[in-house]
Amino acid sequence: MAQSKPRIKLQKTASKGEIVTIKTLINHKMESGSRKDKDGKLIPRMVIHTFSCHFNDNPIFECDIGPGISANPYLEFNVKVEESGTFRFVWEDDEGSVYTAERKIEVA
Amino acid sequence: MKRTSSILAAAAVSVVIAAAGGTAALSAESADWNILPAPEGHPLPEIISGYDFRSPETKALQDDDFENPGMLWMEQGAQLWETADGPLNLSCASCHQDAESAMRGVGAVFPKWNERLGKPLNLEQQINHCRENAMQAKPWKWESEELLSMTTFVRYQSRGMPVNVQIDGPMAPYFEKGEELYNTRFGQLDMACTNCHSRYGQNIRSDHLSQGQSNGFPTYRLKWQKLGSLHRRMSGCMGQVRATPFKRGSDEFVALEIYLGYRGTGLPVEAPSVRH
Repeated sequence: MAQSKPRIKLQKTASKGEIVTIKTLINHKMESGSRKDKDGKLIPRMVIHTFSCHFNDNPIFECDIGPGISANPYLEFNVKVEESGTFRFVWEDDEGSVYTAERKIEVA
Repeated sequence: MKRTSSILAAAAVSVVIAAAGGTAALSAESADWNILPAPEGHPLPEIISGYDFRSPETKALQDDDFENPGMLWMEQGAQLWETADGPLNLSCASCHQDAESAMRGVGAVFPKWNERLGKPLNLEQQINHCRENAMQAKPWKWESEELLSMTTFVRYQSRGMPVNVQIDGPMAPYFEKGEELYNTRFGQLDMACTNCHSRYGQNIRSDHLSQGQSNGFPTYRLKWQKLGSLHRRMSGCMGQVRATPFKRGSDEFVALEIYLGYRGTGLPVEAPSVRH
């Protein structure tokens, strides 16, 4: 079934120089690679390994994620905005799947 | 000085309650809980949601509509509501239109008597019944993402409404069966639901016991890292006493679910809830 859209919480407007908090939540199993199935075989690792955020095509936040992060990862970070534009969020997992989302912000 | 004596007083009260017959020992932890009065003849002296037994962090996770991971499934449910399925190309919306109005109150009254089938149906069964009969679509598997999402989405429309499951009339024999099962010992450990859940507030090994209410299901259980159904949890309970669990959707589990609905009379529907 279709992956649900990643959730983004970001205010629509901000004043120049304001620090905004961005919250993200994505639906993903984050299979750690340490679990065993009922036959005792290890279930292969399948986690989101990288999250990155660009603003108007400039990279502003990126992190490497490992199997220690639980399922349906929640990430929160702060950004100082100086101009209006578009945030682009990208999650990449071990299978090569790429999940993306975009949000605009108006900066006065 | 004052703090120590109030802790001692609370401890003394809980010791007295424990000595009196092995029921509630909530003491100081329940100071700011939402404790509902139980109706006349109810098996419990007071009615408390599983929400209150959890840590402040777990409660905060449930309360935050953005961070609550169960909302990911709720949104999937909202999408599925509009998605056509089956040879007639119908979706839930085709018949029920707007979920917010059509489904309001539904999540608070299931399991409900189905006149045509001559038996009660729980919410998962009702959804599949609609799929098979009205849409001629294949029923969804019990713990499938689709059924969990849709059940949560439907319950969400009754969020905050008091649980009110009918237990009289045609429901009476099923309610009584559920009550009987609740008090029957099962498994190698020879324990009944009531052995643990009448002792809410106490611990069994490291598990902090709640009243075992159903108002929060399907729940995002941190242990499962996904949504799970009530029947899944009850299966787990039976596994924990080393009994062979009843099957999902079995007559036994539906009967128990009816009894649990009564046990939780007045509790707010919590959808999606977060539990351990």
